[in-house]
Amino acid sequence: MNVAVIQFPASNCDQDAVHAIRVLGHSAWLVWHRECALGPADAVIIPGGFSYGDYLRCGAIARFSPVMQAVRAFADQGGLVLGICNGFQVLTEAGLLPGALVRNRSLQFRCEHVFLRVEHTRSPFTWCADPGRPLRIPIAHGEGCYYADEASLDRMESNGQILWRYCDHAGALTDAANPNGSLRNIAGVSNERGNVAGLMPHPERACEPILGSSDGRVVLESMLAWLQKRGSLAPRPVAA
Amino acid sequence: MKARIIVTPKKAVVDPQGKTVQNALAHLGYTGVRAVHVGKYIEIELEPGTDRAAAQRALEDACRKFLSNPIIEDYYLEILD
Repeated sequence: MNVAVIQFPASNCDQDAVHAIRVLGHSAWLVWHRECALGPADAVIIPGGFSYGDYLRCGAIARFSPVMQAVRAFADQGGLVLGICNGFQVLTEAGLLPGALVRNRSLQFRCEHVFLRVEHTRSPFTWCADPGRPLRIPIAHGEGCYYADEASLDRMESNGQILWRYCDHAGALTDAANPNGSLRNIAGVSNERGNVAGLMPHPERACEPILGSSDGRVVLESMLAWLQKRGSLAPRPVAA
Repeated sequence: MKARIIVTPKKAVVDPQGKTVQNALAHLGYTGVRAVHVGKYIEIELEPGTDRAAAQRALEDACRKFLSNPIIEDYYLEILD
């Protein structure tokens, strides 16, 4: 599979994402923010970092970049788009994902491993996971507190749009396991259609034992395996 | 002519910055503070001779689309001569 990794000025997890996809045996390349086309992409990753310095609000400026118009068109055709950390913030600002990410409740930048509970396996981004086993994946953010109004949260719950929640090692959703104050311990969500997802933790930083955890693989492998499964059934969306 | 835009967190959104400033005010002995909300101030200088009504419309649009995020923030816009 071919994965386009978007690169904004001040993206800093772009190479990690490319590396992780290649470690998993697939092809990945970088697409600069000024580009208007994604190339022959089967999926898109918007990586972590501090796009455009995170000025004004995280992701607020990146969403207007030329490449985001191509990402939007790709998503509109059903293409899989995964936003990680700053990429999640960019996707919420762009309106491709519901809600918003605000300052951590503690006001601290949190950089540590956390546990994630996979909420269900009906998503292209979770279908290979074992929902009974929490994933140990690192976070590194100052503004990862997920917010949406109560009615939106209820709607997302019933649509199965909440994919990952912060939990303890045993899978329990506790306040202590919530590193940033996210409502309902939400770590990652999808859009209603299910083809666009975002999460604050960094699966691409947890794909090899030498990095301390390989639990992030299942997020990326789910996406890649979904594409392979679908590839035999339907043509891929045309990258603009 | 210039525009003043004040962006504040919506009341429903937890504002840890405002809460921390409130606590600090209490520690410093300032009493009677019920709540503190920390936001942003944006000043935009407009070209001389800009049509006021057109500027108002354009900046309202910019506030909704870009300068504030309506999910988490409110904005206040005023244009001054």
